[in-house]
Amino acid sequence: MISAPRTATDRTKLPYCHESFHNLQELRHSASLANKVFIQRDYTDGTVCKFQTKFPSELDSRIERTLFEDTVKTLNNYYAEAEKIGGQSYLEGCLACLTVYLIFLCIETRYEKVLKKISRYIQEQNEKVYAPRGLLITDPIERGMRVIEISVYEDRGSSGSSSGSSTTSSSGR
Amino acid sequence: MKNREYQQIDPQALATPPPRPLPEHKPKRVRRKWEVFPGKNRFCCDGRIIVARQSGVLPLTLGLILLTSGLFFIFDCPFLVKHLTSCIPAIGGVLFVFVVISLLQTSFTDPGILPRATPEEAADIEKQIDNPTGSSSSYRPPPRTKEVVINQQVVKLKYCFTCKIFRPPRTSHCSLCDNCVERFDHHCPWVGNCVGKRNYRFFYTFIVSLSFLTAFIFACVTTHLALIWSILGLSGFHTYLVAANLTTNEDIKGSWSGKSGNEDVGNPYSYNSIIKNCCSVLCGPMPPSLIDRRGFVPADDSVQTSPVEIELPAAKNDINMCTQGTKGLLETASRSPLLTSSCPQAKPQAVPAVLETLPEIVPSPAPELPKTAGGHQSTNTPHKHHSHHRSKAKQTTHNPTHKTSNSSPRPHHSHSSRRKDSKNRDPKFSSLR
Repeated sequence: MISAPRTATDRTKLPYCHESFHNLQELRHSASLANKVFIQRDYTDGTVCKFQTKFPSELDSRIERTLFEDTVKTLNNYYAEAEKIGGQSYLEGCLACLTVYLIFLCIETRYEKVLKKISRYIQEQNEKVYAPRGLLITDPIERGMRVIEISVYEDRGSSGSSSGSSTTSSSGR
Repeated sequence: MKNREYQQIDPQALATPPPRPLPEHKPKRVRRKWEVFPGKNRFCCDGRIIVARQSGVLPLTLGLILLTSGLFFIFDCPFLVKHLTSCIPAIGGVLFVFVVISLLQTSFTDPGILPRATPEEAADIEKQIDNPTGSSSSYRPPPRTKEVVINQQVVKLKYCFTCKIFRPPRTSHCSLCDNCVERFDHHCPWVGNCVGKRNYRFFYTFIVSLSFLTAFIFACVTTHLALIWSILGLSGFHTYLVAANLTTNEDIKGSWSGKSGNEDVGNPYSYNSIIKNCCSVLCGPMPPSLIDRRGFVPADDSVQTSPVEIELPAAKNDINMCTQGTKGLLETASRSPLLTSSCPQAKPQAVPAVLETLPEIVPSPAPELPKTAGGHQSTNTPHKHHSHHRSKAKQTTHNPTHKTSNSSPRPHHSHSSRRKDSKNRDPKFSSLR
C-alpha cells in the first residue's frame, strides 16, 4: 500500500488551511457547534479505505440525501484511486526498492498527490454545499482515516432549537 | 456540551497527557502534535523521527553490523582485491549501505500508528454501544466486538479501551509502544520499533539484504583463509589445480609459478580462463588406453624371445653374424628392405674381410642359396621376415638338428637365421673369430 504523509508538517502544506475558510470562520463565529456526526469506515471490502454511505439521521433535516451520498462516494473513489495497485504503483514501488526507499525523500508519492486532491475537494464541497447548510466536513486524514466527521453548527441566533434533538446512531454496526 | 452525558468517558482523561511537563516559561509557544503524543514513543528531529520508548537492542544491532562490516573491509578486502577482483569491496559496500539504510528506515518510521479517538468520537462510539443495553454505569464494560463481513468471511473487530476505537481489521495494540498499529506484524526489539503497515517493506529489505551481506562476508572470509593456507582440504586444493590447469607435481616444483621470482614464467597449458580450464581438465575427451590389455599375443612374439637367449654367446661373433648377414642381405634384399639396415655399419667392415677370405662365397649371386651356411643374419636385429626364408629351410633342415641344439625351439621356417652354431663349427670361418 502506498504510504500516507510521513510527517505532520506535510499536512500544513495541504490547501486545507484555516486561513482560506473565510466563510467557514464566519460560520464558526456566528454559529455554535451543536453536534458532530461521524461516518464510520466500511470494511466489507477489506482494509481499503472506504466510508459507509448510509445516510445519518441527524442530517435528515439539514442536507439532501443525494448530495451527501455523492460526497461520500466521490471520497471513496478518490481513496480507491490512491490505493490502487497497478502499473504506476508497481513502478513507484520498484524504483523505491532499488534506491532503498530514499526516493521518498525526494518525490511525492501517488498517495500524497491524491490526498491533496481530496483536501481540495473537501474544501470545495464545504464552501459550496455544506457551509451554506451549517455543516462542516473534516478531512478524514485529520482523524486517522477512521471517520468522516461532520460538524453540525447551529445558528447562535436560534436558541438551541435543534440542540435538543437526540442523536441517534449515525451508522450501523 | 453534549459529551457530559456520557459519564463513562472522562473528557479530562481523554485529553492527551503530554509526555513531559509543559514549558511554563513559554506559554504562547505553539506545540507540535508529537509533543503531546499519548503513546510511549519518543521523537527526534522535531517529530521527523519516531522510535519506541525502549529502543531495545537497536544499538547492539547497529554495532554488530558496523563491526562485522568494518572488520571485513579492513582485513579481507585488501587481500582479496589483490588476489581476486576489485568487485568484492564494491559489492560489499552496496550491500552494507542497503542494510544500514533499511535498518534506520525500519527503526525510525511510523509503523502505521492509529491516532487515538477524539473525545467526541469516543463519545459517539460509546453512545452506539450503550444505547442498546441502556446502561450508563461507570464500571468498565466487558470487551466489545463488532462483526463485519469481509469477502464472505465474518471478521470480529475488537474495541480498544486505550485508544477508544474499534480496531480496523488486522490492527493490533502494541503494549510496548501503547499504540494501535495498522496491519500489525510484531514489535521487533532488534530494530527497536513496531513493524506494521508503513514500515514492513523497510523491514523486509533489511532482513533480506542482511542475509545477503552475511553470506557474502562469510564466503569472502572462507576464500581468504583458503587462499592463505594454500586452500584447505584436498578437494579444495585440486579444485584450484583444475581451475589453473596444473598438476600437483608442477605446483609443488613451482614449474610455472616463477619460483625464483621470474614472473614471465606462466603455465603454457592454461587457457587463461577458469571455466575453460575446468572444462578441458574434467570434461575433455577421454583418451583411450594404449596398452591393449585384452589383445591376443601374435605368433611372432616367441621368435623374438630367442635372440634374447642366445644373445650372450653370440655376442662375440658379431662380426661373423654380420658376415653371414651380408649373405642374407643379398638373398633377401628384395624381400625385406629392413634387413638391409640390419647391419649396415658392420657390412662395410665385414665384407672386405669376408671378400678376402671367402672369395668363393661373397660373389655368389643373391638368389643362389649358399650351401655351407644359410642366410645368417645379425642376431642384433631379430626380424619377422624369417618366414620368407622357407626356401632355405628346405635345404638346411638337417642343420638345426645337429648344430643348433642349444637354440630354443623355433619354427621350422626361421631356422636359417640361427646358424651361428653351425657357422662356428665351420672351419672356413675360424679365422674370423
